[in-house]
Amino acid sequence: MSSNRKVLPTWDKVGKHALFPEAKHDEIARFNFLANLNNHLSGQVLPGVKEAYEQNALPAFRAEHGREPESRHEVREMMKKQPFYQLWSALRRSTMECRQQAGRSLVLRQIDRINAAAAELNNGAETLVLNPETQIPDYVTVVDTHCMPGSYHTSVVEGDVSAGANYDSGLFVTTVGQLGSMTDGGGRAICDWLKKDHADFKPKRILDIGCTIGHNVVPIGQAFPDAEIIAIDVSAPVLRYGHARAKSLGVNNITFMQVNAEDLSQFADESFDLITTSMVLHELSAQSMPKILSEISRLLVPGGLSLHLEQPQYSGRPVFEQFIRDWDTWNNNEPFWGAMHDVDLVGMIDSTGLPSDLQFSAAVTAKVDESIFPKTETGDKTEDYGRAAAWNVFGAWKPAEAAKQESVA
Amino acid sequence: MSVDYIADAGRKAKGQRPYFLESAQTEQLLNITMAIAQELAVTRERMDTIERLLEAGNGVTREAIENYKPDAAAAEQRQTWHQEFISRILRIVQQSREEITENTNGQADMETVVSQVSQ
Repeated sequence: MSSNRKVLPTWDKVGKHALFPEAKHDEIARFNFLANLNNHLSGQVLPGVKEAYEQNALPAFRAEHGREPESRHEVREMMKKQPFYQLWSALRRSTMECRQQAGRSLVLRQIDRINAAAAELNNGAETLVLNPETQIPDYVTVVDTHCMPGSYHTSVVEGDVSAGANYDSGLFVTTVGQLGSMTDGGGRAICDWLKKDHADFKPKRILDIGCTIGHNVVPIGQAFPDAEIIAIDVSAPVLRYGHARAKSLGVNNITFMQVNAEDLSQFADESFDLITTSMVLHELSAQSMPKILSEISRLLVPGGLSLHLEQPQYSGRPVFEQFIRDWDTWNNNEPFWGAMHDVDLVGMIDSTGLPSDLQFSAAVTAKVDESIFPKTETGDKTEDYGRAAAWNVFGAWKPAEAAKQESVA
Repeated sequence: MSVDYIADAGRKAKGQRPYFLESAQTEQLLNITMAIAQELAVTRERMDTIERLLEAGNGVTREAIENYKPDAAAAEQRQTWHQEFISRILRIVQQSREEITENTNGQADMETVVSQVSQ
């Protein structure tokens, strides 16, 4: 074969567990097609959007306004009229919808088996605490998050986990395998960063906020087997799935609880050593995000650590890159994505009592499961604008008692 | 079965759907076309499985098809086929991209070319 193309792993290499949907031949083939299509759109088509910007839209803008575009919003207005951008966007949206249909048909045809498997692992377990009184916030229900029909919170039948199973089965397709066979690359990146930079930090009690199916908290549970971990979310279907998934993977130190993170009054002040969020802050709202960050500050023990995993902030990036990164805000039901990536994180976290000199920010990447997946090519020139498995981890250490007293004095 | 999985699989996600092309009907047709392309790719992968089972001479049953797992070489060939197939059906997209740069580099339109070479 004379082609130098990177060949993607087939979907059948995805990691399985007791709850994982059993895929038929054609369902695997459909996911294979969609992963390859996603890869084609980001590698072969998206670069043309930048060419249309630089060669057509930008010169026209300069001629009309006599200046450079100043914001991603200006770029968006001019790009909406560019036929190549329209075509890429139409294909991308169509591919995402096909992926949802493929995942849902796979899961819903065997919903009774998967729900029964979940019930067997969940029934009577003290490590799954659901509260039907939990208020699902408006920002969660206003649109279905990243175009998943029913989002994370809708139960199709009683005791349903299908939202979790659909999410779990399709992550591999949309990330073309970059999160690893268990799609836990984010959680493993957090653990690797902690091990490398803070090897002495041994948290005894950990809170993970917005855990969904627990794919990123399970590696934390494995990295700190002696810790007591509480993973919370507002959505029951993914908590049921996540709890059963963790158990079937042999991880038993995580309690999954249905709680709205805006009010964590059931937990005592200074009761957690480590509090994490993985790709959660962008799913919040302008009003809830500072509230949740304040709760995190209250709950941390002195010397404890808050740690958030997100895509990098927009500030300082070229307006075209911001515009591409912002596509999901408008076109993938991620309404807070753009506003969250504009937030002055240092200032916001500082205002919760975690001062800027104790904050940190670092770039991390997913360590690829090389036994199954092709090695990531570093130095790959194709810019992926946020779909590559690279993140920003940031957060703060809570001042120790002595430091607090010092600052009061 | 407790749900109509065929209808439920295709449900709409709540929230206004963005349309990008000048005509929503054209974009709907694009969506149908891409779904057909997907199903053709599925059929092709199934045919490939049948061919490989036949070649191995162990009998072709539906069970054998459902349980077939490609080895590394077969997986690479099948995934490369998907890439080639996608490049083939999205040829017009590749060519539209190339045309952007061709125009920037001053390619004359056909009226001009015909007139030039006819003088």
